[in-house]
Amino acid sequence: MSPTAQTLNEPWGDGRDATRAVDAAAPAPYMNPYLAGIGLGLVLLAAFVIMGRGLGASGAVNAFVAWVVGSLAPAHAQSNAFLAEYLGDGTTHPLKAWLVFEVLGVFAGALLSGLLAHRVRVSVEKGPRVSAGLRLALAFSGGATMAFGAALARGCTSGQALTGGSMLNAGSWVTMLAIFGGAYALAYFVKWQWR
Amino acid sequence: MNTPFYKYGAFGDETSLVVAFVIGIGFGFFLERAGFGSARKLVSQFYLNDLAVFKVMFTAIVTAMLGTTYLAWMGVLDLSLVYLTPTVLWPQLVGGLVLGIGFVIGGYCPGTSVASVATGRLDGLAFVLGLPVGTLLFAEAFPWIRGFYENGSVGVQTLPGVFDLPYGLVVFAVVLMALGGFAGASWIEKKFQPR
Repeated sequence: MSPTAQTLNEPWGDGRDATRAVDAAAPAPYMNPYLAGIGLGLVLLAAFVIMGRGLGASGAVNAFVAWVVGSLAPAHAQSNAFLAEYLGDGTTHPLKAWLVFEVLGVFAGALLSGLLAHRVRVSVEKGPRVSAGLRLALAFSGGATMAFGAALARGCTSGQALTGGSMLNAGSWVTMLAIFGGAYALAYFVKWQWR
Repeated sequence: MNTPFYKYGAFGDETSLVVAFVIGIGFGFFLERAGFGSARKLVSQFYLNDLAVFKVMFTAIVTAMLGTTYLAWMGVLDLSLVYLTPTVLWPQLVGGLVLGIGFVIGGYCPGTSVASVATGRLDGLAFVLGLPVGTLLFAEAFPWIRGFYENGSVGVQTLPGVFDLPYGLVVFAVVLMALGGFAGASWIEKKFQPR
């Protein structure tokens, strides 16, 4: 058995991590945060100059949910003011939306970066004291919580904090500061997840 | 040259989806480069031993903000044609807190979770699966929370508008704040190094 095949089948470390390698080469270190920030800022600037809008993520989820509900229960979706906005007048498919295509690009770009740096690994990221199942449940709950918050705030860390922050949008700065406030307030109580 | 190109009719809706995908690639690439496909890296921001989230985010905000400011000053970019999410104070404050709580529980935010799935994280996949559930809960609750959703609506509002200060002065203040924050971040990281 080649070393590559072996790392594909053997869990790392003591096995508690349930981490398996897909890429046998050592992962490259992350980019300097200031350089990565300049790169991200230039991408955001390009979006402003080319499109007249910034980046986003949660809006794509809203479009997806509107499409699913609209397919299963059309009348129910149309009568819901929040979902109806993403369904439009019915002439355009709800998934044919700018943010949906942008998010598909995010997946492709992250995969490209990860492959180039040998960082693509099938893994569950967690601390040693929690089971993989508990970590997955926490991640799922966190995703649901953030989507609810993003709908209320009219955007998430991408659309509000990053995009609106750089445009000096007042509501975006309120949202951004509240995100940090909420996260720091709860951080101590969920630290067991990581150590 | 008049920009935003899309707003001046340089290309149509179909092309804008291609632009969305390409810009998304850039977004995802730099998120992954910065290490933001990793929940542990992201939540370290809230345990103060790695402030890359702050550094990357504020470098990106300053880069895009200076870019839009200079391009507007040179008459190349019409800032009034860049989309700004309207400010609705109370739901954005509460939504931000909920976003922060979900962030520290789940370990990702909507955008970074896509980068985590692209690099093989199963907890990232659980987070992504939670997103539409949270959105659906919000949509179903929408008829009851609509009053709060609109509470504190002041329309499109920028920080220079709120504080009645020149745009350039607020830009300068944000740059100073970011530079101070970067210096402070390095100091905090040294103090909170995990033993």
